[in-house]
Amino acid sequence: MDTIEYLTGQFHEFPQDSIDRGLDILRQDAFNAFNTMGIPGMKHEEWKYTRINKLFNTDYSLSADPADHSVSTSDLGPYRLPGNKDANELFFINGRFAFDLSVIQSAGLQVLPISTAYNGEHRDVIAENLSHSSRYLKDGINALNTAFLQHGVFIQVGRGLILEHPVYIYNITDARTANIFSQPRSLVNINEGAQVQMVETFITFGMNESFTNQVMEVVVQQDAVVEYYKIQNDASHTNQVSTTHFRQTAKSYVHTVTISLNGGIVRNNLNMVMDAEHCESHLYGLYFQQGKSHIDNHTIVDNAMPNCLSNEFYKGILDGNSSGVFNGKIFVQRDAQKTNAYQSNKNVLLSEEASVNTKPQLEIFADDVKCSHGCTVGRLDEEGLFYLRSRGISEKIARSLLLHGFVVDILDKIRLAVIRNYADQLISERLEFDIS
Amino acid sequence: MKPEIYQSPKNDMNDELSTIEKTVLSDYKYGFVTDIEADEAPPGLNEDIIRFISAKKNEPEWMLEWRLKAFRHWSRLAAEEPKWANIEYPPISYQDIIYYSAPKQKVKPNSLEEIDPELRRTFEKLGISLDEQKRLSGVAVDAVIDSVSIGTSFKEQLGEMGIIFCSMTDAIQEHPDLVRKYLSSVVPITDNYFAALNSAVFTDGSFCYIPKGVRCPMELSTYFRINAENTGQFERTLIIAEQGSYVSYLEGCTAPMRDEHQLHAAVVELIALDDAEIKYSTVQNWYPGDKQGKGGIYNFVTKRGICKGNNSKISWTQVETGSAITWKYPSVILKGDNSTGEFYSVAVTNNYQQADTGTKMQHLGKNTKSRIVSKGISAGFSNNSYRGLVHVAKNAVNARNYSQCDSLLLGDKCGAHTFPYIEVKNNTSVVEHEATTSKIGEDQIFYCNQRGIDSETAVALIINGFAREVMNQLPMEFAVEAQKLLAVSLEGSVG
Repeated sequence: MDTIEYLTGQFHEFPQDSIDRGLDILRQDAFNAFNTMGIPGMKHEEWKYTRINKLFNTDYSLSADPADHSVSTSDLGPYRLPGNKDANELFFINGRFAFDLSVIQSAGLQVLPISTAYNGEHRDVIAENLSHSSRYLKDGINALNTAFLQHGVFIQVGRGLILEHPVYIYNITDARTANIFSQPRSLVNINEGAQVQMVETFITFGMNESFTNQVMEVVVQQDAVVEYYKIQNDASHTNQVSTTHFRQTAKSYVHTVTISLNGGIVRNNLNMVMDAEHCESHLYGLYFQQGKSHIDNHTIVDNAMPNCLSNEFYKGILDGNSSGVFNGKIFVQRDAQKTNAYQSNKNVLLSEEASVNTKPQLEIFADDVKCSHGCTVGRLDEEGLFYLRSRGISEKIARSLLLHGFVVDILDKIRLAVIRNYADQLISERLEFDIS
Repeated sequence: MKPEIYQSPKNDMNDELSTIEKTVLSDYKYGFVTDIEADEAPPGLNEDIIRFISAKKNEPEWMLEWRLKAFRHWSRLAAEEPKWANIEYPPISYQDIIYYSAPKQKVKPNSLEEIDPELRRTFEKLGISLDEQKRLSGVAVDAVIDSVSIGTSFKEQLGEMGIIFCSMTDAIQEHPDLVRKYLSSVVPITDNYFAALNSAVFTDGSFCYIPKGVRCPMELSTYFRINAENTGQFERTLIIAEQGSYVSYLEGCTAPMRDEHQLHAAVVELIALDDAEIKYSTVQNWYPGDKQGKGGIYNFVTKRGICKGNNSKISWTQVETGSAITWKYPSVILKGDNSTGEFYSVAVTNNYQQADTGTKMQHLGKNTKSRIVSKGISAGFSNNSYRGLVHVAKNAVNARNYSQCDSLLLGDKCGAHTFPYIEVKNNTSVVEHEATTSKIGEDQIFYCNQRGIDSETAVALIINGFAREVMNQLPMEFAVEAQKLLAVSLEGSVG
């Protein structure tokens, strides 16, 4: 594969850090791991249903210089999320953080290039947490991102800060002139007692091929409260592997909602490592795909310590030729007694060509736990349709009503009202359903 | 919670509890060895051994060719023993296993009376009646010891109805057309590593053919026994139910206690034609190894049935208490329209046992239904995994599946794992899966204690309740034995 040769060349071209070898060693190890493991194929248990090999047959270019992007503020205009005036906006263009475009309104929210942060005061937290996700994701894709992490950024929310303005993170791929392979990388440190709402989205400009391999690692310190929303509604010729890895280092609260509405091949890895007692986490997800989209949600919840609660609920609607994958893993480690871990996945298949593969998996090594998982696959309830139709509602509207009812309990988990309304609007438009 | 020292109650609560009481205190009771001379092949695996087995069995040429083909396929795979299951074991040395071992009998017995009395005693000790006079038991038995079948009871009576029930060896001799037609039609020789190995070296097993419209009047049963040392047991079972027929089939297994691991790699194939029903029940009680995890049987079994005809039904019920390692996925291919597949399982692991078991339901035909009920109980240092696949193909209109897998953990050093795969390619189908994992609630124990039931009995009672849904599927003859087994397997794990 030429792409791999190209990436190898790019890897060796980057100058090494002269001050400290720590990051270089991490990169080199990751690159070796990538060479050993390669691009995961269908024989890789975690990639059984999602084929990404063919994405590497395209000739991509990696963005050469972080400052050298041709995206202007006016290009961004129509793509910015609602409520942006009141938000901190962080832009990644082709995998590089764009300091010139980003707007930071909250004092205490800080973004630094990863090497600056590592060579400065944040060394310990970076050394401990950077690439923590590779312990859970044993595949070449995660290693490939780490091999290029010199472009990454360190995002920090100061101690005890309750951010008034949410943080919007845009992963922008500018594929107007070339096929782009981009690898955004960030490590987010939410300090003790901080509270933050994050919204992440993916946008591609232009009609060339794009492939985004993103990794975001979030460290959640004691008493921190994190809400994290991911909205995926990119064009259908774009592909992404998006990894979001949370590590709760002390008792804290994480609430995530992942909404996936469009894209070519979309793979989400959402990991929740509960590395301390009394952690609580909620993972909600909704995927509504049509056309030839392929959506794959892989989640790992690792209950490593006692007295934690995790709750996971994913819902999906698959229409057209789309295919969906849900793979939820719950680990309850030895000694993680008194864990409560729940998981549920519900799917509706709307068309004859749509398919779904779901695998709710439990691995439990402690006995004093309550764990459950469930999943269903079905179609729209005929009785519900009949009920509505017998009251003079057309079949089309009846279907829309039922589907809207199906998704609304996930949408309600989005606590940021502007984003909830935005997601609801996107779905309602697709359902041709008037929410008013 | 510390269990009270068990004291037998003055008045038995009821029969069920008293059987548990008796058996709770006993160890693996089938661990004896029968001292009988055996006719053995030298250890090792090569084409000569396969020719030797085939010649011993006086097999036709096509059978030998078939075996050799399987062996060559296995040789190609040899380096790639499957690693995906959630089990750990040191590499098996396939060259140290004896692939053929037959109890030496002077002449081939013509009737059951002529069977070596030592062998007969073995089976009597195991509670298996080979004696046709004991009509009360009402079960036709094919007894397989090490590599060969030593006798089949009720053969003649069944023959009158057109039912063929005999050893695989006899079937190859007497009904070659049927064997050739159906053998490896459900589990191809290239299916997997252990199926290929089995096809190459299988030495015996049971063959059963139920003709059109016949309802088999009694339970058919095979009893497998490993006796000789260093042997592997490789048996092959083939059951064919013709249109409109019904058969209920039971399988039981035991082995002596030995320090080395022994390999058991069986293949079972079921074929149900139009309107036919096959009910297959297993109580697997191979020697599980001692409390330190030493010894025990490696049980690597491929079981698969095909609902070939419309309106057919295949039902698997298994109680898995034995074996050091269980690797077993009784599956159903639902090819015929309106066909039904069922899987009921209780898997118990204690000490250092490992089980990776479950089922595959392949929905291909229209209006096919499947139901999976799996109960896993882990104790001690054991690991118990459910691994199941529900696949609904594109044309399987109105397919319906319900799966339930519950795990019960006794102790904090054991593990329970669930790996359900659900693949749906048809939008008119409905698939449901649910699973729970928990331990026995202290409130439940307290409730029993309050009523004068001590903790150990209470646990046995609760476990019996937990497994009841599956136990109810077992034929009467097996249900009692299975219940006892459950208690024995978990002995000492409570507290």
